Amino acid sequence: MRPFTYERARNVREAAIAGRTEGAKFIAGGTNLLDLMKLEIETPTHLIDVNGLALDRIEPTADGGLRIGALVRNTDLAADPGVRKNYPLLSRALLAGASGQLRNKATTAGNLLQRTRYPYFYDPNQPCNKRQPGSGCSAIGGYTRSLAVIGGSEACIATHPSDMAVAMRTLDAKVETVRSDGSERVIPIADFHRLPGDTPHVETAIEPGEVITSVTLPKPVSGKQVYEKVRDRSSYAFALVSVGVIVHPDGTGRVALGGVAPKPWRNEAAEAELPRGAKAVTNSLFAGAKPTDENAFKVQLAERTLGAILADARAEP
Amino acid sequence: MRSSDCFNVTRRDLMIVGAAAIAARAAPAVALEAPAGSTTAWPENFFPTVAFTVNGAPLSLRVDTRTTLLDALREQLHLTGTKKGCDHGQCGACTVMVNGRRINSCLTLAVMHEGDSVTTIEGLGSPENLHPMQAAFIKHDGYQCGYCTPGQICSSVAMLKEVEAGIPSLVTDDLTAAPEASIGEYRERMSGNICRCGAYSNIMEAITEVAGRKA
Repeated sequence: MRPFTYERARNVREAAIAGRTEGAKFIAGGTNLLDLMKLEIETPTHLIDVNGLALDRIEPTADGGLRIGALVRNTDLAADPGVRKNYPLLSRALLAGASGQLRNKATTAGNLLQRTRYPYFYDPNQPCNKRQPGSGCSAIGGYTRSLAVIGGSEACIATHPSDMAVAMRTLDAKVETVRSDGSERVIPIADFHRLPGDTPHVETAIEPGEVITSVTLPKPVSGKQVYEKVRDRSSYAFALVSVGVIVHPDGTGRVALGGVAPKPWRNEAAEAELPRGAKAVTNSLFAGAKPTDENAFKVQLAERTLGAILADARAEP
Repeated sequence: MRSSDCFNVTRRDLMIVGAAAIAARAAPAVALEAPAGSTTAWPENFFPTVAFTVNGAPLSLRVDTRTTLLDALREQLHLTGTKKGCDHGQCGACTVMVNGRRINSCLTLAVMHEGDSVTTIEGLGSPENLHPMQAAFIKHDGYQCGYCTPGQICSSVAMLKEVEAGIPSLVTDDLTAAPEASIGEYRERMSGNICRCGAYSNIMEAITEVAGRKA
């Protein structure tokens, strides 16, 4: 790990100003950042510990939704009675991710900001445009089994690893922030994560110094909520494919996919196909997909997983 | 790094202080000095002082900002029961409890734990006075090489508290009900602790016995 200085931020405003310092990074749970700092993939020269900011509450919003503090730990969010009752998709997605130890540390904002886990990104000896802009992409033409089938570019085909973000996307969450100049803004989750294009190292809409203060959920929607994650082992592994679904008795609903793209993959036009079944939905969701021989299975796996969820929902509405 | 002459407490002292303080909460603060000569050139913001409690004993420690909680425990406090496996949060060998919650001590910086209360395997029990989970691991042969064992034990103790507290898991059928005390639940919740010898079935027997005794 490279040397760095350390400070504890006392309030959001102070953190947002300090965050603009060259080489500065925020640290909350630290479960992803420290992992990457040990490998010198992340090399901050200054860490701003934001754990002291009072952003660890879950509270109702004026419009009947929920405001989740940026520092709410994954365990606490998954276990919150209101989340379990009204947003079970979110609880299920959180509980499908990481391990008990990691969920006790990892935060809501940190989960959204986590970086890809694919092996070429983690191996400093391999070119990677996300790790070292302009160095090239080892994945394209390399081993691609775990990589994106859609949403990638000529520069990068990494997947976003988060389960929670897939649930947040399905639930139409919004990310609330404070920028360095003190202004506040609200970023819809659909616009939060960026597709790689020519700049795969720019992964989110967050600006230098900008502090995520909370994530809000709109008021609960009716329907059955399901999160299904398919992976190489039954626990403590990243998704090959994950499917977040809200389905109503009339067959309409919402679908977002994880493990297939650089961001949670949802398309409102594809959702309109839900009453016509899983194949119609995934045909639309994967329009323009560029699977390789090694990861083409993800398209079929997503269709079959969604099909199973819809069949279950019909059997026990 | 030079070993015990850098510090005015030994690992054994700390274990004893830890055990006593758990009962009495009256242990004096112990200031641990940084190794002479090696750090004087470093400004405070690269080498800050952090105060926290380990196994009931309040401590003040000067650390390199890069020092993980795991390395502070092992290299500076000589509490070597907590093991370094992967050092990347993948194996669970470094599991300790901070303010009663289990975490991977390899993925957190020591300096981030100002005011926290850390419990390691040394604070759970001693050879003369084993924690029930330690005794159950011995009884059921819940290990082969033993390297993952301190992490497995710390994790299982905290895991049972999580079940008691009603925290759901991936395999909890009804999210709105209290989770079951079942082997299926324990297996899922212990997936962050890897045992490459494969002692899992005996580990489950140990955990099930301790959980049953509580119920």
